[in-house]
Amino acid sequence: MPSPESSCPSIRIGVGAGTADDRIYPAVQLAQHGELDYLVFECLAERTVARENLARTKDPERGYTPRMLERIEAVLPACLDNDVRIVTNMGAANPRAGARAIRQLARDMGAGDLSCATVTGDDVSDLVRTMPALQLLETGAPLESILPRMASANAYLGADVVAKALATGARIVITGRVSDPSLFLAPALHEFGWSYDDWSRLAAGLVAGHLLECSAQVNGGCFADPGKKEVRDLATLGYPFGDIGADGSVTIGKLDINGGRVDVATCSEQLLYEIHDPASYITPDCVVDITGVRLEQVAQDRVAVRGPKGRPRTPTYKVTVGYFDGYIGEGQVSFGGPNAVARARLGAEIVEARLTERGFTYPELQVDLIGYSSVHGEHPSRPEPYEVRLRIAARTDDRRAAEAVGFETRALHMHGPAGAGGGSDPIVREILAVQSVLLPRELVSPEVGLEGEA
Amino acid sequence: MVRVYDLAHCRAGDKGNTSNISVVAYGEAAWRVLCEQLTPERVMDAFGHIAKGPVRRYELPNLRALNFVIENALGGGVTRSLRQDMHGKSLSSLMLTIELPGHNEESGQAGGSPTEDQASSRD
Repeated sequence: MPSPESSCPSIRIGVGAGTADDRIYPAVQLAQHGELDYLVFECLAERTVARENLARTKDPERGYTPRMLERIEAVLPACLDNDVRIVTNMGAANPRAGARAIRQLARDMGAGDLSCATVTGDDVSDLVRTMPALQLLETGAPLESILPRMASANAYLGADVVAKALATGARIVITGRVSDPSLFLAPALHEFGWSYDDWSRLAAGLVAGHLLECSAQVNGGCFADPGKKEVRDLATLGYPFGDIGADGSVTIGKLDINGGRVDVATCSEQLLYEIHDPASYITPDCVVDITGVRLEQVAQDRVAVRGPKGRPRTPTYKVTVGYFDGYIGEGQVSFGGPNAVARARLGAEIVEARLTERGFTYPELQVDLIGYSSVHGEHPSRPEPYEVRLRIAARTDDRRAAEAVGFETRALHMHGPAGAGGGSDPIVREILAVQSVLLPRELVSPEVGLEGEA
Repeated sequence: MVRVYDLAHCRAGDKGNTSNISVVAYGEAAWRVLCEQLTPERVMDAFGHIAKGPVRRYELPNLRALNFVIENALGGGVTRSLRQDMHGKSLSSLMLTIELPGHNEESGQAGGSPTEDQASSRD
């Protein structure tokens, strides 16, 4: 149970994961050695909920993120020993089934009856089906245009309902779609009782969450450039934590046992990560203004964050709509030595001609020369490399047309220019795309549930 | 000439089909050069072969950082892009290749409010 508020001027929130595919062991280190109050796992990419919605359709006890049990199993002993509460959106499309699975896992581990609170109500797919005129933010088209192919529709809930779930006293709070930084604001709201017109404190909690939600990106990940920007012991990089005070003070830090670095440079990069207008970072809890934020190194690997401001939240929730959008077919094959680039280009021409000859057309087809033009595009200023890997990718609604892309690319082995080697097996991916709509707040009903006795 | 690489470090993020790239100066002198010379037009020139734009620039003097928001930059966005780097994470390094005149005579004014300068692709 959390300490009484009067004796708890500050809480420490550790990061358990910043994406569905994030590493597992650093969370264990933090749970063991971090002197944490809370451990927050953020594991839902834009498409994850859509994918897990399909899993739930096939099996009503599925629909939580695939590695959820592996992650919880790894940290649970240390979290129980050290009285660390867990908050996570790994419930994805089915938080209640996730809670049941975690409780079963705890019993199997001999940890007894573990209370889990659930947050639901983010799934608004039934509601938006009745509102075909809603405008898609990305294209301006009506929602109607993708409704027949819709796989999911989930509102980004805020910290208020997560704090309510924490108030049940449950050891673990498991949610579906919640705005990422709100997962970190919620423990502060719960512990300190901040109100929803306390803008500077809400903004402080959200900025802490924003800095932490991408895990190691604030403590030395995604930063090193050998000889230019060094990061100590990157191989032992851990996860960061944040200390949030009742007064809205925020300090970001890392464990001494891990490599990495927390300083003004790493925090500056992460503060602006995925931010557009820095005066208007919209979250479900408030609109955050980071233009006045100051970062200060207050100790080794400790950075204080001061000065975020907030304004009232908007009257809407953002809803991510997942929908099927055809297939991507892809193939790759390599060329090396003299004239490698020209032979790769000839290979691409041949594949395109053969696809056309077979009667396939593609709304979009892309030719990349890996090692030359595949990540920053083709530019005349760049010298030709010794070797390149030809990659051809195309989008289509026809699965057979998608398969043909990789098939014809690999066939360059024997039916293409000289020296085509190492062709990949054809790749076909079904595209689960996302767009967004805005939904008036009063139409969404976030709910808290409780499994087991808190 | 001086490269952005010698003046600043960068990180790229994605939202839909929009890339944002921060440019964090290594010091006060570098910050003044970047404010004055790393204009949305220069960024559009460097990204024009892969992005349609427009480009918006925001200034954060407390951080000595610029934030560039480049629209229509990610081949349709992470969920449907045909690109290798669907998130555009590597685009931070393309920003670093931009060359600037470098010398800074008028010492660019680091204003307190975001600029709303826009540049669009010319094609």
